Amino acid sequence: MATTTSTTKGGSRNRTVTSSGVQIVQRRDVRGGILTYAGVVLICLWGLLPFYWMIVTSFRDVGYTFDTTPWPTHTTLENYATAFSTSRGNHFGRALLNSVVIGAATTAVGLVVGVFTAYALARLEFRGKFYVLGLILGASMFPGVALVTPLFQLFTDLGWLNTYQALIIPNISFVLPLTVYTLTAFFTEMPWELEESARMDGCTPGQAFVKVILPLAAPGIFTTAILAFTAAWNEFLLASQLGGDKVQPVTVAIASFAGAQPHQEPYTAVMAAGTIVTVPLIIMVLVFQRRIVSGLTAGGVKS
Amino acid sequence: MSTTSGVVTGEFAQGKPPLDPGAKRKSLHDGSGRRAAVLIAPTIVLLAIVILYPVVTAVSQSFTKDAGLDPATGLFVEGGFAGVANYKLWLLQDCGSGAFSCPPGTLGSQFWTSTGVTFLFTVVAVSLETLLGLVFALVMNRNFKGRGILRASVLVPWAIPTAVTAKLWYFIFAYDGIANKVLGTNILWTGDGWPPKAAIIIADTWKTAPFMALLILAGLQVIDGGVYEASKMDGASAWQRFRFITLPLVRPALMVAVLFRTLDTLRMYDLPKILTGGAGDTSTLSMLVVDQVRSGFNAASALSTLTFLIVFAVAFIFIKFLGANVTEQRAPKTKKAG
Amino acid sequence: MFGKSMLSRKVTFAAAAAATGVLVLSACGGGGDDGGSATDAAAAGAATGPITYVQGKDNSNIVQPAIDKWNAAHPDEKVTLKEQTDQADQQHDDLVQNFQAKNADYDVVSVDNIWTSEFAAKGWLQPLTGDYALDTSTLLPATVTAETYNKTLFAGPTSSDGGLLYYRKDLVPTPPKSWDELMSMCDIATQNGIDCYAGQYAQYEGLTVNVAEAINTFGGSILSEDGKTATLDTPEAKKGLDALVKGFADGDIPKQATTYQEEQGRQSFEDGKLLFLRNWPYVYSLAKTDGSSTVKDTFGVAVLPGDGDGKPGASSLGGHAAGISVYSDHKKTALEFIKFLQSEEIQNDWLTQGSAAPVIASLYDDPALVEQFPYLPELKTSIENAVPRPVTPFYPAVTKAIQDNAFSALSGSKTTDAALTDMQAAVQNAISGGQ
Repeated sequence: MATTTSTTKGGSRNRTVTSSGVQIVQRRDVRGGILTYAGVVLICLWGLLPFYWMIVTSFRDVGYTFDTTPWPTHTTLENYATAFSTSRGNHFGRALLNSVVIGAATTAVGLVVGVFTAYALARLEFRGKFYVLGLILGASMFPGVALVTPLFQLFTDLGWLNTYQALIIPNISFVLPLTVYTLTAFFTEMPWELEESARMDGCTPGQAFVKVILPLAAPGIFTTAILAFTAAWNEFLLASQLGGDKVQPVTVAIASFAGAQPHQEPYTAVMAAGTIVTVPLIIMVLVFQRRIVSGLTAGGVKS
Repeated sequence: MSTTSGVVTGEFAQGKPPLDPGAKRKSLHDGSGRRAAVLIAPTIVLLAIVILYPVVTAVSQSFTKDAGLDPATGLFVEGGFAGVANYKLWLLQDCGSGAFSCPPGTLGSQFWTSTGVTFLFTVVAVSLETLLGLVFALVMNRNFKGRGILRASVLVPWAIPTAVTAKLWYFIFAYDGIANKVLGTNILWTGDGWPPKAAIIIADTWKTAPFMALLILAGLQVIDGGVYEASKMDGASAWQRFRFITLPLVRPALMVAVLFRTLDTLRMYDLPKILTGGAGDTSTLSMLVVDQVRSGFNAASALSTLTFLIVFAVAFIFIKFLGANVTEQRAPKTKKAG
Repeated sequence: MFGKSMLSRKVTFAAAAAATGVLVLSACGGGGDDGGSATDAAAAGAATGPITYVQGKDNSNIVQPAIDKWNAAHPDEKVTLKEQTDQADQQHDDLVQNFQAKNADYDVVSVDNIWTSEFAAKGWLQPLTGDYALDTSTLLPATVTAETYNKTLFAGPTSSDGGLLYYRKDLVPTPPKSWDELMSMCDIATQNGIDCYAGQYAQYEGLTVNVAEAINTFGGSILSEDGKTATLDTPEAKKGLDALVKGFADGDIPKQATTYQEEQGRQSFEDGKLLFLRNWPYVYSLAKTDGSSTVKDTFGVAVLPGDGDGKPGASSLGGHAAGISVYSDHKKTALEFIKFLQSEEIQNDWLTQGSAAPVIASLYDDPALVEQFPYLPELKTSIENAVPRPVTPFYPAVTKAIQDNAFSALSGSKTTDAALTDMQAAVQNAISGGQ
């Protein structure tokens, strides 16, 4: 990633805040179009093929678990029923709800806290900034697996085992470094002059931030939200030890699936559960994605 | 390599004011130091509880011996002060009778192998992820019919929990699994040699390239279409536009993405644990930590601390030499503004 | 908070004379966890009352019905089930965390028999002696040995498991009695274009099970009787490991078996690609009923092959036991509940409803049960000749030493001799506490 100063200059010289009239749709030549679509197909295959296999397996009769026919055979909905079957001790519905609660709380609190910190880091001058950045990044350097034992002790002392906060608070801390870094990078990118002119118009720093910078940084904020939510949605290690049945998220619920026989691996049920778990996230991403793309063009250029 | 970042890092170290004098003046008048402290405090408090407290505990425990067995009672007794013995165990593979005294099959003998393979995974997987992520993001950024489907399919792998991903790939990479069937091969993907390493890298890249793509895509959104048009008129080729406009502008986002993926991959656990269980020398440092926790928490603390130091060194090099500094102000931009 | 947490994590039987500056020594000594603590705690907790039973996922929904039966009969000593995940490692870690936190809510815990001595040596399990003595006369002896550490019983066996040899009775009319005989039958596999034999040789706990079986079958052992010396430098141990290494070298064991856990071997056998398979009893019903099974009516079950002296092979012992936490407040109830789990009624239920191998010898001879589970006689022989995996508090390190080195030998990157030399050194290092 060698980037010379002159390059940056060259790039940035052109990067002025354009007026709203210059919304030019890029014209593409035919070759570019073909290349794009070839790329699109390849990328879709890359992302979807293993997922396809997951879905095929999830619909396969458990007696044909290891069948490798590439298309659906011996299809059944039984695995989905198994995933939700409370009589087999799979409280998957409750776990889904728990994961949504934990993910939403983590994202909301993480973003608010992260936005404050990122704003300070990007927009305010103060001493020791470098060390604050280092400290925050440092939180992403210790092996997560080694945090479990001390946290278990701490939360036992606090009486927090099997509570939502025991899962949400660590999750927030896990997503904060990335949140702060991403947002700081985006806030730093924002043109200063907009905020300044807002303040000349009589806005307080807070107002200027909310009215000018936040809309401008929307792509970054929504991206960060998606990343934070996904991280919380994926978290397994701490949840498996600090949580209990009441607050069990989907990752732990899936790990608890068992075959009907000892030693039997419940692949098909796990794949069914995996498919279910993936869907809400895709929907959320698609909703947020729209914001990512429209965010800057809508807010930035007009102000 | 990167003159810009060198300057910027220096800037922070020396507390040099940014190039925009106006901004600096205002900030000072606003008492921004206090304001910054208030804004940053919640983050620091949260990290202190969840990360700093366990880290301090671990570091202090790493100088204590693990409990040993009292032969008379058959019960474990307190280990006492260990000095740096727990560190020698890992760094020198010293199981008590001198350097390199840990026989193969002990955790102590595996530290350097694990470090090596962890770095291999990190370098290869993060490189592939960056490349793929960049391509994904560039394509996703284009305006064409069916963009929604593309976005969804790119993000599918990222949306599946790692524990499920690992199971999925374990299933795919079974000897009688679909991978060998489709490829027409008889590769032992979870056996010995290179295949288990390749399997882990493939699965990890599949899972996390979307993370890169998302971050880079968000970075791309900051680029104004007008810039491209102007440069096109200047006669810049597609490559030149990518090299001299796109890349520099997405660099901050790209750097954050690469930095965090690097830190995460260096601490990778679930995927190799479920996929190979460490077969074919694929035990990562985090897997080693978990195994050691089961045998003795204090030696594991030393290993965690060492892992932390390794990751820290990598991050430091990253920021120092590759310019992954997020608060880096684009000097030319501010000049223009001022 | 800081000091307290650090101390509570420590397993302190005698106060350490020297410690880091951070350690609060007085609290260390005052922790009350010296040698007599188990007895003190026992006296304090020798009461009856509601308890919690902790175990891994209740796969076949057999535990809750048993608890319901108990609760109906003991309204003042109700048992609550706490289910852990289905992954053994996590069950282990969950127990460790809760023991370290002295959680009184974990009254009776289900332990895999390889964890018992670790938990016992850490002082977490109530010794089953004196007031807590358990009658083990009806139990299969190997299941009791596995729960006995330092000549003391620490947990009551609740389920067992032993390896079986599955074979294709359409191709092999009489199953082999010895390893050599089995290998000589591999020509039949070649003639039919299938692989000959497989067990579980991926690098995980199953590899220790299989390697220990080979070594024990040929008269070797992993640890000395007192658990203080590694005994892998013997000709018997070499014969055992060599049997497997040769099998791989000759192709009698297919090379893909180094990626096999239980399920992959079962798949291969059900697909008709294997002549012989070493696996657990669970394969029986699945191979009979799985839609994809091509061997439904053409497979049989035998005991594991021996070394040729007429005795059957020495299976590694599977299964779980129930132990009483020293931190439990209702240990009397806990003990009675363990006896209840071992009762003929519950053992019978667990077998018929969940195919769990009973720990009571007599059930294996019940004609009605044998009719339902035709493999019971072979399983009984298997468990009667079974050898528990090394009973040592350092089991995690011991099994790693075996797995890593055996895997190198089986995949051909080390000779048998080199692997055993390293294994011997690593196991010895492990049981010396890594000190």
